[in-house]
Amino acid sequence: MIGELGQLALCFALALSLVMAVSGLMGARAHASAARKVATSSTLGFLVFVVLSFGTLTYAFVVSDFSIIDVASNSHTLKPLVYKISGVWGNHEGSMLLWVLVLALYAGLVAVLQRGGERLTSAALGVQGLLAFAFLLFILFTSNPFLRLDPAPFEGAGLKPLLQDPGLAMHPPMLYAGYVGLSASFSYAAAAMMVGEEGWARAARPFMLIAWIALTSGIALGSWWAYYELGWGGFWAWDPVENASLMPWLIATALLHSALATEKSGAFRTWTLLLAIAGFSMSLIGTFLVRSGVLSSVHAFASDPTRGFFIMMLIALAIGGALALFAWRAPKLQGGAAFASVSRESALLLNNVFLVASCACVFVGTLYPLVLDALNRTKISVGPPYYVLTFAPIFFALLLLVPFGPKLGWKRGDLKTAWRSLVPALGLAAIAAVAVLAIASPRSLAATGAFAVAGWLIGASILDIRKRRGARASAFAAALAHAGLGISLMGVTGTTVWRSESLTVVAPGQKMTVGPYALRFDGVTREKGPNYIADRGHFALMDGDKVKAMLQPEHRFYPAEGEDMNDTAIHTTGWRDLYLALGDDRGGGRFAIRAYVSPLAPLIWLGGLVMALGGILSLWGRLRVKEPEKAPAAPAVALAAE
Amino acid sequence: MNAKKKRRLAFAAALLAASAAVAGVIIYGLGQNTMYFRSPSDVAGNMIHPGVAFRLGGLVQQGSLHHGQGAEVRFKVTDGKSSVQADFSGVLPALFREGQGVVATGAMDAAGTFVATEVLAKHDEKYMPPEVVDALKRSGRWQEGNP
Repeated sequence: MIGELGQLALCFALALSLVMAVSGLMGARAHASAARKVATSSTLGFLVFVVLSFGTLTYAFVVSDFSIIDVASNSHTLKPLVYKISGVWGNHEGSMLLWVLVLALYAGLVAVLQRGGERLTSAALGVQGLLAFAFLLFILFTSNPFLRLDPAPFEGAGLKPLLQDPGLAMHPPMLYAGYVGLSASFSYAAAAMMVGEEGWARAARPFMLIAWIALTSGIALGSWWAYYELGWGGFWAWDPVENASLMPWLIATALLHSALATEKSGAFRTWTLLLAIAGFSMSLIGTFLVRSGVLSSVHAFASDPTRGFFIMMLIALAIGGALALFAWRAPKLQGGAAFASVSRESALLLNNVFLVASCACVFVGTLYPLVLDALNRTKISVGPPYYVLTFAPIFFALLLLVPFGPKLGWKRGDLKTAWRSLVPALGLAAIAAVAVLAIASPRSLAATGAFAVAGWLIGASILDIRKRRGARASAFAAALAHAGLGISLMGVTGTTVWRSESLTVVAPGQKMTVGPYALRFDGVTREKGPNYIADRGHFALMDGDKVKAMLQPEHRFYPAEGEDMNDTAIHTTGWRDLYLALGDDRGGGRFAIRAYVSPLAPLIWLGGLVMALGGILSLWGRLRVKEPEKAPAAPAVALAAE
Repeated sequence: MNAKKKRRLAFAAALLAASAAVAGVIIYGLGQNTMYFRSPSDVAGNMIHPGVAFRLGGLVQQGSLHHGQGAEVRFKVTDGKSSVQADFSGVLPALFREGQGVVATGAMDAAGTFVATEVLAKHDEKYMPPEVVDALKRSGRWQEGNP
C-alpha cells in the first residue's frame, strides 16, 4: 500500500511539474499574471508531492518493507536506524529521488522568495519545471524506487558496508544540495535571457551561495570520509567521481566571482550567463559520470545502459537548449560595462580565467579515458601525476593573485596602493617560508613555496578583517573564504610532503615506533557490532612507560552483505594525525599493520569549513539585510558590502 | 570607438593565448601520464618493457597467495588463460581474496615479475572493476550474471 502511495505521489509530481513548466514559461510574458499565480502554486504542490513520495520511501526503509525491491536489495533489519535512513540514498533509485527532492526544495524556495520580480521568477520556475519533468520521467521509466517484489523476501540484502558511516550518510544530501542548487542559477540565467532582465545575478545570488556552500562542505566531507574510511591515508585520489564534484565547484566559484562583478558594476554580463549554464552542465555531467555506471567505484551503483543513455539525452537537451537560447538572446542583451585594466573587474576576470582553465584540466583528465574507451576500446587511466602537472600550477598561480582582488577598487584600481597595503601579508609569507625551512624535514622547495603562499593568503585576509572591523558580518565573507584556501593549502602540503608511512607485521606485546610515536601492540579481540563482527586491534600509544591513549583500528566483517571493511583509528593533536589501519591476519596473533603520520592533515578540512563559513556569512547578509535595489556607486561602500 | 575595438582585440588575443597555453599543458600532461590497462594475456603475449607503469587486472589465482616475513606478499593475477606473478609490499585491501577481482598498478621488473605499487580489490559482481570484466571477457571466462 505504502509503495503505491509513493508511486502515486510521484505521478502527481510529474503532472504538476509539467503544469509548472508551461505556466511558468507563459508567465514570462508581461501580461500573464494569472499564469504566474499558477506557476507559483503548482510549484508548491509539486514540492508537497515530491516530499510525500520521498517520505514514503524513507518510511519503507525504516520499517524494512522488503516487498519493495529497492528496500529488499539495499536494506536489512539489523542495520542501525541512521543507516536505514541513509540507505534511502545509498542506491541508484533512491539517490535519484533525492536529486528531485532537492530540485523541488530549490524550486519551492524560488517560488516563495520571488526574487528579481514576478516575471523573472515565473520564467525561472518554468525552467525548473522542465528539469523536474525530465528527471521524474527518468525515475519513473528507468529507476522506479517503488517497484514491488513478490513474494517479499524475509530479509534484505543489506547496504554496502563502506556506505554505513556517519560521514557518508550526510555526504550525498550535501553534495546534491550543491549540484542541484546550481540548477537555480541555471534557471535564473535562462529566465533572464527570456525576459531580458538585467538584475538576475542579484536575484540568483543566494542560490549560488547555498549551492557553493553545500558543494564546499560536501567535497570536504567526502574527502574526510575517504581519509578515515578507506585506510590508505589519502584525502584525494583524483578519482573520476571526486573530479565530478570538483568541476562544478570550480565553475560555481568562478560564477560567484563573475556574478559579483555583474551585479556591482555591470561587467561580464554575457560571461556570467554562460558560467551559470556551465555550472549546472558540470553538475549534470557529474550526475552522468556517477550514475550511469560508466565508472566503477563505490558510487557507481549499477551499470544499466538505458539509464546512461537517458541521462546523456537529458544533458544534451539541457545544455543544448540553454546554449541555443544563449546564442539567440545574449547578443540582444546590453553589453558589459567598461573597466580599466587595473581594477576589481580585471582581478575577477583573471580569477575566472584561472578557475575555468583548471576546470578544463580536470575535465579532460576525467573524460579522456572514457572517450578513448568508447572510441577504440583502449583502456587507459590518467593518474594523479597528470593533475599535479596541469591543475596544480594553474590553481597555485590563482592563489598567488587572490589577495589583490579585494584591494582593488571597482572600475579603476591602483596597483601601487594595493601592493603597499599588502606588505604585512608579504611579511607573513616570508615568516612562513623561513619557518618551514627551519623546522621541517625533509626540506622541500615546493612545500616552502606553498607555505609562503598560504601565509600570503592568510596574511591578506587578516589585513582585510582588521580593516573592516565593526562592519556587518557579511563584510568578512571573502576574507574568510580566502583564508580557508590558505589553511587547506597548508594541510594538503603538510600531508603530501611530510607524511611518513610504515608497514609492519606485529605480534602481541611487541613495540613499534612510527615517526615520533611509540606504540605497543596489545593483541586483537573479537567484538560484535550491531550488524558486523570485528577484529579489534588494541594499540597503546606510549609516553615513556605510561599509556597516553589507546588506538583501536578494526577489521569488520558484515555477514548480511558478506563483505569486509577496515575501520581506522586516528589519534590527532590537531596538528598531526597518527593513523592506524589493521591489515590481514598473519597467524599466531600476528597482524599486518599500516601506520601513517600525517602532519597538518586536519587543516585540510578545517580550511574547507572556514571557506564554507565565509559563504554562510555572505548568505546571511544577503537574506537578512534588505539591500537597496541599486548597487552603491562608491567603491568604498561596495567593498564593505561584500 | 577605435580604442574600444583595439582593447577588445587585445582581450581576444590574450584569451586565445591563454587557451592555447592551457591546451598545451593538458596535452603535455596527458602524454606524460597515461597508464594503459593490461590483462595477464596481454602481458604474456607482448614484451612489456620493464619499468613502464601500467595497470594489471584480473582475478587473484586460487592458491597463489604467499605472505613473506614482513609486509611483502606474492600472488598471481590470472584471466583464466595466462597468469602473471605479482609482488607487493604493503597491507592488502580488506576486500582482497583469492579468486576475486583485483586491479594493481605497477611495472614489470627485469625478471618478468610485476611489482605492484598499489593494489585495489573489489569482490562483488556489482562492483567488479570494468577492467577486470573486460579482461575476463577477452579470455572467454566471463559469464553474464555469474562472474
